[in-house]
Amino acid sequence: MVRNRRGAFGATVLLLAVAFAVSAPFVTNGRPAAQGDIVATRFLPPLSTDPSGAFHLLGTDRFGRDLWTRLVYGARISLSVSALAVLLSTLIGVLVGATAGYATGALSLVLLGVTDFALAVPRVVLLLLLAAMWRPSAALVVIVLGVTGWMTIARLVHGEVRGLAARAFVEGAVASGARPARILWRHILPNALTPVIVAATLGVGNAITLEAGLSFLGVGVQPPAPSWGNMIASGRDTLVNAWWVATMPGIALVLVVVACTLLGDALNKDH
Amino acid sequence: MFGILIRRGMAGCLVVLGVTTLTFLLLRLAPGDPALRLLGPTATPAQVAALHHAMGFDDPVPTQYARWLGSMARGDWGESIATGRRVRDMLADAWPATFGLVLVSLILSYGLGLLVGSVQTARAGSRLDTILSVTSVTLFAVPGYWLALMLVAVFTYEARLLPAFGAAGLDADLLRPLGRVLDTIRHAILPLATLTLIGAGGAARFVRGTMFDVARLPFVTTARAKGLRESRILRHHVLRNALIPILTLLGLSVPTLFSGAVFVEAVFAWPGVGRVLVEAVQARDYPVVMGATMVSAVLVVIGNVLADVIASAVDPRIRHRAGRA
Repeated sequence: MVRNRRGAFGATVLLLAVAFAVSAPFVTNGRPAAQGDIVATRFLPPLSTDPSGAFHLLGTDRFGRDLWTRLVYGARISLSVSALAVLLSTLIGVLVGATAGYATGALSLVLLGVTDFALAVPRVVLLLLLAAMWRPSAALVVIVLGVTGWMTIARLVHGEVRGLAARAFVEGAVASGARPARILWRHILPNALTPVIVAATLGVGNAITLEAGLSFLGVGVQPPAPSWGNMIASGRDTLVNAWWVATMPGIALVLVVVACTLLGDALNKDH
Repeated sequence: MFGILIRRGMAGCLVVLGVTTLTFLLLRLAPGDPALRLLGPTATPAQVAALHHAMGFDDPVPTQYARWLGSMARGDWGESIATGRRVRDMLADAWPATFGLVLVSLILSYGLGLLVGSVQTARAGSRLDTILSVTSVTLFAVPGYWLALMLVAVFTYEARLLPAFGAAGLDADLLRPLGRVLDTIRHAILPLATLTLIGAGGAARFVRGTMFDVARLPFVTTARAKGLRESRILRHHVLRNALIPILTLLGLSVPTLFSGAVFVEAVFAWPGVGRVLVEAVQARDYPVVMGATMVSAVLVVIGNVLADVIASAVDPRIRHRAGRA
């Protein structure tokens, strides 16, 4: 499916990130929140060894926690939160878009109106409100990102379904007496899937950035559980004496988001 | 032309009304009580009830909403629960800082994006094209607050060149007018650079894509066939026709830039609407949240309407279609 080099690079980076996240206990010291002798082990620069002989690939933070371990465990949270959020927004988007595209009359108009309205709402304002008003948690971030991110997909699906509904094979299905729900599900949606996959891939990158942003502002995933966003936030105060604490999770984040963009672009071209 | 402005303006007002209604409902539905925050942990239930009554929280939600709309329409935006300042004054102080930041970075990032995208189209397939593509994809992926931190690390902590806190130095009031302007510019460089670099990544990607699409169209082949110079084809035929979708995107990127501004303001303590909003949300400061949400919704809607109007001014086809509809 992926033919060009950039797409292959994106896919490789994503696979690696997922592989590391899944096998976190085996590729790290397994204790992302462990604090040992804080005074002796805090703020060790990358590639250093602490007094107990433990090697720190990316250094340690202000509590002497191994950054590599936190980064990999953070990937578990950041990646799964984003993937689930995109899954949720894709579900809502497909549901709304397909219904609006296939239905006629008032229902279609209402759904399109709601979509246009939701597109015009400044997303970050909604995110802040939703995330700050309830007790912050990973589940809340999934829901908040999911319910504020479905509009582009709904628009896409709506356009695709509109186009497909006029095609001869749909008319054939109608003539053979299939119910509308079956036509939509079995005949139209499978053909509208590729642009949805592209949008979802790009959406994952976007969701990772936003999750990190919420956690950075303190309304997302809460410490001591590591997420890339709250790791960057915790490195913010120590930027002057320990630049690596904020830099490393940022680099990981940029790499994964770039990978999503490249993969999405490649899939789009193939389409 | 005028008709479009009115129609889009009315739709925009509806959006603002919708956003404020939604915000109002969310605020009332959410747990957390501003009265408790204000009175502290030692408050007796009677005190809390009295404050609720004074703030009007014991009325039904629709009544509260109607009252808020009414006072809003009279120009009374209420007072901050946390600071006691008038919300209108707080936002009047804050919005120019955000507006300036977003506007200047919008212009700079699209200028930069057009330049980079044009160079890439002119040198398509070259090594330069690849390097610029990789750069713009990377910039597009960088979260604003992180880029901001990295710039602070390099230019403030390492090079000690630029300030990274607020919009004016502590001694700003003592400076001569010229010095004060220079001081503001120095403070604005890092926030602007952050927003501009991120915006430029997305803009360059889009400009390149659009110009590539236009460059494949028959009239470009015609222009080349009749012997025009490449630079002229690029400027007069490709760029001009690519401008319409680019202008549309420019309007659509106002919300994105505004979102970026919220984070960037948080990092640089830039005294704008974003910072007011973040602080008010954390303090459950209902009147301020409502006011800040409304101002940001208005800013975003203005961006979208302007983009539509500019697009129809540039493209006679859009004007024609809208006129008939």
